[in-house]
Amino acid sequence: MSILDSKIPAGNISDKWTDYKDHLKLVAPNNRPKIDIIVVGTGLAGASAAASLGEMGYNVKAFCFQDSPRRAHSIAAQGGINAAKNYQNDGDSVYRLFYDTIKGGDYRAREANVHRLAEVSSSIIDQCVAQGVPFAREYGGLLDNRSFGGTQVQRTFYAAGQTGQQLLLGAYSALSRQIGLGRVKMYNRHEMLELVKVDGKARGIIARNLVTGELERHSAHAVVLASGGYGNVYFLSTNAMGSNVTAAWKAHKQGALFANPCYVQIHPTCVPVHGTNQAKLTLMSESLRNSGRIWVPKKKEDAEAIRSGKLKPTELKEEERDYYLERKYPAFGNLVPRDVASRAAKEVCDEGRGIEANDTNEGVYLDFSTEIKNKGKQAAYAAGDHNPSEEKIITLGKKWLEEKYGNLFQMYQKITDENPYETPMKIYPAVHYTMGGVWVDYNLQSSIPGCFVTGEANFSDHGANRLGASALMQGLADGYFVLPYTISNYLADEIRTGKISTESSEFEVAENNVKSQIDKFLSNNGTKSVDYFHKKLGLIMWNKVGMGRNAQGLQEAINEIDQLKKDFYIDVYVPGSNDELNPQLEKALRVADLIDLGQLMAMDALQRKESCGGHFREEYQDAEGETLRDDENFSFVGAWEYKGDDIKQEQLHKEELKYEFIKIAARNYK
Amino acid sequence: MAAKTINITLKIWRQKNCNSKGNMETYTLNDVSTASSFLEMLDQLNEQLINDKKEPVAFDHDCREGICGMCSLYINGRAHGPDNGVTTCQLHMRMFEDGATIYVEPWRSAAFPVVKDLVVDRSAFDRIQQAGGFVSVNTSGRTMDANAIPIPKEDADKAFEAAACIGCGACVATCKNGSAMLFVGAKVSQYALLPQGKVEATQRALNMVRQMDDEGFGNCTNTGACEIECPKGISLDNIARLNREFLKASLVSNK
Ligand SMILES: Cc1cc2nc3c(=O)[nH]c(=O)nc-3n(C[C@H](O)[C@H](O)[C@H](O)COP(=O)(O)OP(=O)(O)OC[C@H]3O[C@@H](n4cnc5c(N)ncnc54)[C@H](O)[C@@H]3O)c2cc1C
Ligand code: SF4
Ligand code: FES
Repeated sequence: MSILDSKIPAGNISDKWTDYKDHLKLVAPNNRPKIDIIVVGTGLAGASAAASLGEMGYNVKAFCFQDSPRRAHSIAAQGGINAAKNYQNDGDSVYRLFYDTIKGGDYRAREANVHRLAEVSSSIIDQCVAQGVPFAREYGGLLDNRSFGGTQVQRTFYAAGQTGQQLLLGAYSALSRQIGLGRVKMYNRHEMLELVKVDGKARGIIARNLVTGELERHSAHAVVLASGGYGNVYFLSTNAMGSNVTAAWKAHKQGALFANPCYVQIHPTCVPVHGTNQAKLTLMSESLRNSGRIWVPKKKEDAEAIRSGKLKPTELKEEERDYYLERKYPAFGNLVPRDVASRAAKEVCDEGRGIEANDTNEGVYLDFSTEIKNKGKQAAYAAGDHNPSEEKIITLGKKWLEEKYGNLFQMYQKITDENPYETPMKIYPAVHYTMGGVWVDYNLQSSIPGCFVTGEANFSDHGANRLGASALMQGLADGYFVLPYTISNYLADEIRTGKISTESSEFEVAENNVKSQIDKFLSNNGTKSVDYFHKKLGLIMWNKVGMGRNAQGLQEAINEIDQLKKDFYIDVYVPGSNDELNPQLEKALRVADLIDLGQLMAMDALQRKESCGGHFREEYQDAEGETLRDDENFSFVGAWEYKGDDIKQEQLHKEELKYEFIKIAARNYK
Repeated sequence: MAAKTINITLKIWRQKNCNSKGNMETYTLNDVSTASSFLEMLDQLNEQLINDKKEPVAFDHDCREGICGMCSLYINGRAHGPDNGVTTCQLHMRMFEDGATIYVEPWRSAAFPVVKDLVVDRSAFDRIQQAGGFVSVNTSGRTMDANAIPIPKEDADKAFEAAACIGCGACVATCKNGSAMLFVGAKVSQYALLPQGKVEATQRALNMVRQMDDEGFGNCTNTGACEIECPKGISLDNIARLNREFLKASLVSNK
């Protein structure tokens, strides 16, 4: 197990980071311009890192596959970002945020990392406000907060339903400033297709210019991967269409261990699937669970009547509705963590009480009528009307909803053609976030020296389930406040290295590998599109490595993916040529890696004979259907080592999780 | 509400790259679900083209939720198509009749050269941003507490409305002059409305406008077309605010 040294510093949990940081090596300002750093990705994690490193004086090259860094998938985050500010005076603290995150992750995250995250959370909000991020405010001019799942305090900062957009534009503005000053060179429409190692260290990348098809060699003293999550292995997910695992997977193939791939978050509130030509799923932010109540009919017959259009949800009497989250989890109600809410939705739909009229009948209601009345009444009172009419209450209540969630309601209406102010939203769980990722130590360095991984692409902070509004927090924490320190500690030993040549045999070999993979795809005499295979992969993953998993299904998935991989390489057809913009080629290269990853996810899920967070093994549940952890045997991070083209040969390494400051307990939201 | 399927004819702009000439091609596509989004319809067309071993149509897209600003189609003579207040990716096929002929073209503007088919190069927007679209604050985290300066809700809300711009470029594509004033105005306004950004407001306006002119965007003649086609409802007030800052800036620099 020697290769898995997490490098967690000694000391009390609340002093670790400060002490450690104070003793890290530094690179003097005059030496920084001699050092090159590559940052792959310009989402929250990448843009914040590139901006900070550029500002410090390093030579930074940043890459993204979109036409502008501002379009990274982080832009789509809706609900908010957590920080332990305790502005609402409801008893929040760094410790509580730390505790909630560990508990929310079902005791499968590292204490030291999570505590550091909670510590720096407060600076993130200060930083963003200083950058001109227009967070929501109260009438007094101070910042407003809302609640997210798995917590009993209000610590989530937000900008309507567009928090990710506003935070990313903030980081993008900081990045743009450095680009303008010439300290960061930006490569838009470029895709990293290989990590280059020289003498065991990460020394550069091979990137494809997506417009000209040219393969470029870029060298550096360190490479940062901030390439996002791999939810698109399911084909249908809430991720952007381009989100993929390639950058992380290439590092994995070069020796970086890949940790906890089976930990996937299925988000409870998404717009249900409408048909077979669907390309992606749309999230309805968790913040809506602050205001909406989730229900299905108590009786199967009523659910049938609703599906067939004979009964409207608004016509069903209150006592005929089952507000199942409020019933099962009275302490947290509609605000239980995501994994719990998702499984509960699946359960009621499996019972035949789903309300969506699609192939699977899967869908539940998210109903705002109670909130409309409550808020409408409050608004009337606040305006001095203590005897408002029913009509006035409803008008005011709807206005309140519009102000809080207007863009989400509009988005929902455009997709479904139904008005959520008048009739409850239909929602169903969908793949949303991946807690697993490249294994990193406390410094955010992978098992390849010089290759650092930040944001959703690493595995580090969320254990087996991420709490809402914590991904944005992690991305910015990594990029602004953690990586700049830890990477400098590494780079302090590189000041005498000098420029890294791209003429070495290592770069040559790496470029040739990429070239031959591309040539192979383009000359393949196949008959089926890349999407055909991607959809097949997605179906295997959703059915067998999805919300409920069991040994038999996982074994089947592993075998089916074996076959799929063979078929893919024999029969995929990739049109066009290499020397032009070729989206099909881009997709083929990404799907090739997703297929490998999918198989590893099934293997990881099979090896983890327990249920925890988003990983629900049907064999391991208690009498009430809740997850049953096995702390004695599975309190570890499972990190996989690549052993060649046959993924089934990958070797598992274990990093034991030690809980010194939090007492490990059953996760209870009742 | 219930989804049905329709058959359509598509006239789509095809252009190999920025150096070649393009032309409109005609395609027929059957069994399109009215619940599909416009881009899902194009996916369906591409699947059909690939199966026929023909070259699929290139178009930009990513989030498909109306927020990344990547999708950018000129549909039936309108930026982002016939629906109001939506991006191309949020446009749904229920807006079209069975048997309809739909024209699909790229953004057309001197400052946005075509890369391929329906894909254009909007990096000029990034360069405008780099010229001044930021608050000059380092990322140390050692700023003041976020609540140290209360900001009137009204200002914060207005700043947010301006900041909602997704950088799609529909305003430019729609403007007969190819002006980027709505985009630039939105950014300048967002910062000018907040105490954190106010300090540099005039210099910022000056720098961003200079870059905008260098990029070859046209002059604003107040036609207001941009506001109508903007999917995020960015208001013309932002252009007025930009003009005010710019005026101040010119006065200062003349001193
Ligand atoms: C719909 C939605 C809503 C969400 N809402 C919230 C929320 O309210 N609160 C919250 O905390 N979290 C939320 N999340 C999660 C959160 O948005 C993401 O986890 C987070 O933004 C990821 O940021 P990132 O910087 O790690 O990666 P991303 O933002 O995904 O960025 C990845 C970057 O890497 C680049 N890239 C990837 N591969 C390559 C390659 N091979 N070569 C070159 N470039 C590459 C991309 O171009 C992009 O720039 C939401 C997620 C979704 C899908
Ligand atoms: S102002 Fe509107 S149309 Fe112009 S780029 Fe911004 S969002 Fe697009
Ligand atoms: S694809 Fe992102 S806005 Fe349309």
